Amino acid sequence: MPAFPFNDTVLLATVLFSVGLTGVLVRRNMVFMLMSLDIMLNAAALVFVGAGARWHDAVGQVMFLLILALAAVETAVGLAIILRLHAQGRPTLDADTGNLLQG
Amino acid sequence: MHALALLAASVTIIGAIMVITRKVAVHAVLYLVVTLLALAALLVMLGASFAAMLEIIIYAGAIMVLFVFVIMMLNLGQSDSAREKEWLRPRAWLGPGILAAIVCAELLYCISPFSGSLPTIPPITAHDVGLSLFGRYVLMVELVSFLLLSGLISAFHIGRNWMEDR
Repeated sequence: MPAFPFNDTVLLATVLFSVGLTGVLVRRNMVFMLMSLDIMLNAAALVFVGAGARWHDAVGQVMFLLILALAAVETAVGLAIILRLHAQGRPTLDADTGNLLQG
Repeated sequence: MHALALLAASVTIIGAIMVITRKVAVHAVLYLVVTLLALAALLVMLGASFAAMLEIIIYAGAIMVLFVFVIMMLNLGQSDSAREKEWLRPRAWLGPGILAAIVCAELLYCISPFSGSLPTIPPITAHDVGLSLFGRYVLMVELVSFLLLSGLISAFHIGRNWMEDR
């Protein structure tokens, strides 16, 4: 029997996802929004691993690996976009100032 | 053992809340690293040691290094000396330090052998994960390789334009 029941895992993942979603909605700094996205992805991965442990299946960890690769790609592209926006001479990293893409 | 799981879960949630409420990005990165380490401890308790190792190596290692690189390159806010003074103040590293000490104490406690009965169900090892990953889900691996390639190309493209502008 695992030390952490599946119900508690789902509860923890829900709280973690809510915290991440709050961060995306509340913060306007793009670096913080990216970190909140990572928290949300971690919550989803935790549900997969918890379900894999509950039904004793390796598929949960396979999905964890795929989510890890997705998070790596998402972080790399997001940080590249942040660097690009910052190199254009923006004084802030406010996400609301990025609504005009003029090359 | 359940108290340990609750402790790691609370460290995870506190760290996540601290991440989204910090003003300085480097402080948020410190808290995010602690959050990921506590999450890795939770994954170990769920029986997924392989996933926990990958979480530490890839997430808390590689992706966080990316974040730190970009935050250093952006160089926002105050001038350098004021920023370094800000970093060396105990208020900056005390919170992540305490949370990391909790996770470390948990780890040291777990290293000592348990007297309780061993679990009857064999854990899911990396062997099972590998068999499943390259057996039934080999198409997913190909799709992830496409995703990684497209991410590499797009990040390179965005960064190349930026370097030409300079």
